[in-house]
Amino acid sequence: MLELTKDTFEAEVLQAEGKVLVDFFGDGCVPCEALMPHVHAFAETYGDKLKFTALNTTKARRLAIAQKVLGLPVIAIYENGVVIDSCVKEDATPENVEAMIKRHI
Amino acid sequence: MGKVYDCIILGGGPAGLAAGLYAGRSHLDTLIIERAQDGGQIAITDELENYPGQIPEGESGKALVARMTEQVKRFGAERCSDVVKSVELSGPIKKIVCAKGEYEAKTVIIATGAHSRPIGCENEGKFIGTGISFCATCDAAFFEDLEVYVVGGGDSAVEEAMYLTKFARKVTVIHRRNELRAVKSIQEKAFKNPKIFFMWDSVVTKVDGEDILQKMWVKNVKTGEETLIEADPEDGLFGLFGFIGYVPNSEIFEGQIEMENGYIPTNPDMHTNIPGVFAAGDIRVKSLRQVVTACADGAIAAMQAEKYISDLE
Repeated sequence: MLELTKDTFEAEVLQAEGKVLVDFFGDGCVPCEALMPHVHAFAETYGDKLKFTALNTTKARRLAIAQKVLGLPVIAIYENGVVIDSCVKEDATPENVEAMIKRHI
Repeated sequence: MGKVYDCIILGGGPAGLAAGLYAGRSHLDTLIIERAQDGGQIAITDELENYPGQIPEGESGKALVARMTEQVKRFGAERCSDVVKSVELSGPIKKIVCAKGEYEAKTVIIATGAHSRPIGCENEGKFIGTGISFCATCDAAFFEDLEVYVVGGGDSAVEEAMYLTKFARKVTVIHRRNELRAVKSIQEKAFKNPKIFFMWDSVVTKVDGEDILQKMWVKNVKTGEETLIEADPEDGLFGLFGFIGYVPNSEIFEGQIEMENGYIPTNPDMHTNIPGVFAAGDIRVKSLRQVVTACADGAIAAMQAEKYISDLE
């Protein structure tokens, strides 16, 4: 998992070649904490086929809002600078996230 | 397959964790299945002040739940992070089918709790995660120095509105009645908070915006008058948090177990209408849904599960 910052998001996600998964999380977001180990496990399993990244939105609030992320957790897949698939809040279960990953590898 | 647990507990909120603690101490071979975070609703609650024995100055649900989880661990209940897909509860051996595997047990304690009730306005689904939220501790930080609206008038609504004032510049509580339902001590704090405002006798009927929440229509239930609220142009967005009660997580049990409006009725010993199946916590038909009553239910359910098993032998 590549930890992003507001300074690296542009290059690592929006300008990146191919598909990129972004785990948007935040300080104090308990559902995010619960989901994160699963996403890390998926990164182990599928990391050779898909780029896995994570962004702490608490430290990148404006960036998150610009990406239309206003509710956590969000696991999104980007391609060519736009979101092509995502699992948001209640729908961001480990099962749904894995199914989404499999759709894009 | 092969292994048959003495007790499978569905849900790792306060009811399920209390059941797990008691079942573990009774040396029941126990498995707790939780789909997300331990604690359920309470894990995302910023501050508790009414759970006996908690830190009296107030503590977060997350901190309280962390101790519950740790306490359960000491007494040996197995844990599993999985989503229950279907259940077969009627026979002597109960079968639980999850996304990742199947489990069997002699007894089942249903402690699946409840989830937030939707606000019930037009376009709501389109803005969940882009302005509408049911989790202040998850999403409050996005609304730093912005305006936020809270729907509801009970304890949760008012408590969460106060939490949101730590971030937002103005928090307006939209309530369908002309007075709050929250307990008096919470009301007093809210009325003293200079950042909290109220819209009485009002309901949100519709929300809209370009990708993110920017507009909503609020109807006065007494006059029928509808008001359009738009985001401050400089902000470009606002937040809308719903705390108008809960919906039981009982869909997977439909048709198998007796229910009343989605809740599961039990006798005072937490027995459902199916032998060997117990219910505990918010999923039950009950008058007070709190951490303290959930824990009590869990303890009783576990002891009854033990009794049921020993009567079988």
